[in-house]
Amino acid sequence: MDHAPATTPPADVLQHDEGELTKLHRNYAHALRVRATLTAIPFLIGALVLETAFRDQANFPSGIIAGPVLLIALALIIRVPSTRYNARGYQISADRLRVVRGLLFRFDTVVPFGRVQHIDVHQGPLDRFFGIATLTVHTAGNHNASVSLPGLGEPLAREMREDIRAHIRRETL
Amino acid sequence: MTDVQRTAPVSVVLGAIGSIRGAILPAIAIAFSGIGGSGRFALAIGVGVAAAVIGIAASYISWRRLTYTIGDQDIRVESGVFSRDARSVPFERIQDVSLEAKPLPRLLGLVSVKFETGAGGGDDLALQYLTTADGERLRQLVRERREDEVAASADPAAGGVALSDDGEVLFAMKPGRLVTFGLFEFSLAVFAVLGGGLQYVDNVTDIDVWNVDLWYGWLKEQGSTVATLGTYAQAIGAIAGMLGLIVIGIATGVVRTVLRDWGFTLTRSARGFRRQRGLFTRTDVVMPVHRVQGLVIGTGLLRYRFGWHGLSFVSLAQDAESASHVVAPFAKMDEIAPIADAAGFVLPDAATQWRRASTHHRTDMAVRDAALFVIAAIGTAIFAPFGLFLIPLGLAVLAVAANLYAWEFRRHAVDDGYVYASHGFLSPTQAIATRLKLHSVEIAQGPLARLRGYATVHLGLAGGVFAMHGVPIHDARKLRTQVMETIAATDYSRLDQALSDDQSGFSANFLAT
Repeated sequence: MDHAPATTPPADVLQHDEGELTKLHRNYAHALRVRATLTAIPFLIGALVLETAFRDQANFPSGIIAGPVLLIALALIIRVPSTRYNARGYQISADRLRVVRGLLFRFDTVVPFGRVQHIDVHQGPLDRFFGIATLTVHTAGNHNASVSLPGLGEPLAREMREDIRAHIRRETL
Repeated sequence: MTDVQRTAPVSVVLGAIGSIRGAILPAIAIAFSGIGGSGRFALAIGVGVAAAVIGIAASYISWRRLTYTIGDQDIRVESGVFSRDARSVPFERIQDVSLEAKPLPRLLGLVSVKFETGAGGGDDLALQYLTTADGERLRQLVRERREDEVAASADPAAGGVALSDDGEVLFAMKPGRLVTFGLFEFSLAVFAVLGGGLQYVDNVTDIDVWNVDLWYGWLKEQGSTVATLGTYAQAIGAIAGMLGLIVIGIATGVVRTVLRDWGFTLTRSARGFRRQRGLFTRTDVVMPVHRVQGLVIGTGLLRYRFGWHGLSFVSLAQDAESASHVVAPFAKMDEIAPIADAAGFVLPDAATQWRRASTHHRTDMAVRDAALFVIAAIGTAIFAPFGLFLIPLGLAVLAVAANLYAWEFRRHAVDDGYVYASHGFLSPTQAIATRLKLHSVEIAQGPLARLRGYATVHLGLAGGVFAMHGVPIHDARKLRTQVMETIAATDYSRLDQALSDDQSGFSANFLAT
């Protein structure tokens, strides 16, 4: 498995919130792909069952159900995860975390460390296999009560958690 | 650093009891249903035992996998059987530790320990279950850690100016004002009540109120009388009917307002704002000043034309049915200003530099709303009698006009301390928030918004929402930079140092009598 890109970009880019985004761990795209495959399997089975059920019918061209389903599934498995992976990114600076997500609907969220209530690091079974994790920061605001950043390398996620916690500690001293 | 710890082993028993309890019903269902024929009792017992074994095993494994660590700076909980969840709660963020003992855990001497942080989603950390002694010790420990910090930067009078306990009256409504207020609170709710009343009549008497024939006969009788009066009198009758409806609506509004807001007084005391109101059910609510997160100044279509507005506080606590607290339901702007001032807010004035929403956004909204009606018009033109399509077409024109007018109110401003936003269709609603008390900034764009260069800006406000629609993307970015500068400069725990002191008395404050 290839490793995460540079953990943190140089500090001077970070002061404003329009800087270059850091890409997520490469394995995130793979994890998305596996997830899409798992979701597609029941639909493919369903399509095949329908195919066999209607096969004996007169003038029923074979593949009219399974064909489109297979095409959609392939698009969702091959194409969408990589576009989604490319659409996501984050930027971490001395005092804030910026998370960008969304293909059609773009969301660009900035959470200052000074407003973080608590921090979660979550790994699902698939995430554990790929060595990635989701970092979630919780704030007191009703909007963006929790901001999630999936697809970080597991050590990086823990390191970021320590950074944010250390910042909270420093601020309150 | 302390070692990794586990919750009390006895909690496995509680988890197992929970799953056995869950298995009893299906087992009974099997015992009394036909499944399994003569062997169904054996099957039922089998299912029950299997559920119990699985429950105990699951409960044991999740107990094994849940660990907590009390570090120098935070409490960490790691859990999950197949997935891994790790939560870190810094001591600085813990407002209070509550111990909760339900009957069954109490028998076993266990408590569930909950760490309250004030996270927006109500998603707090809980440890189930610890022994009572461990729970108490943990609470003590967290309190000590917190006191260390508070002692370093303690300022008991964090509420601001010291005031006498009686407090000064900020806003009060006299009966005359109440009646004026009531006139704008037009309501036809009385007809809903009447409907309910009719239903009651229907139930207890022989008169079938839902019988159409009965009413039809009555109407025909009345109608024939009306018909003899001629067109002129008929028109007068219709107008009189409308006037009657309006009078009933207004009277309902006045009565409801008087009942709700009788003796409305808002006072400012050392403890915060205190609001008393109500004729039969009198409520008394206290809001600490530092808990006020933002202001909302609302108004109505008609009352706006007469210069009347209403002021509400956005706060973490919930008021009766709405999220914000009404502190001046019906007031002129020069009466609202002192209240806002007492809460530490400044109202926008002539010097405020308002920025308008993008004109692209205006056009898109107008086109979108009109398009719906135009589609309806096309449908009617094809399928309905000729001429009817003019109605949706007229509505389309109205939709465009309303959107163009709404743009007049859609604006935002930022100054040194505050963020202002205004929106509304026929009358403006203004929202004001302290820059410092915001929690996050989000720029959201749909496909159309990205194409046309505008965005919605969501600001994280505790206890409420704060959104600005149709902000030109450059303005949105600038706004975010400005707001972020302020937020990032001050830590959450410095925002309201008094928060932790107030936490215990907080729920008592909001008990309405």
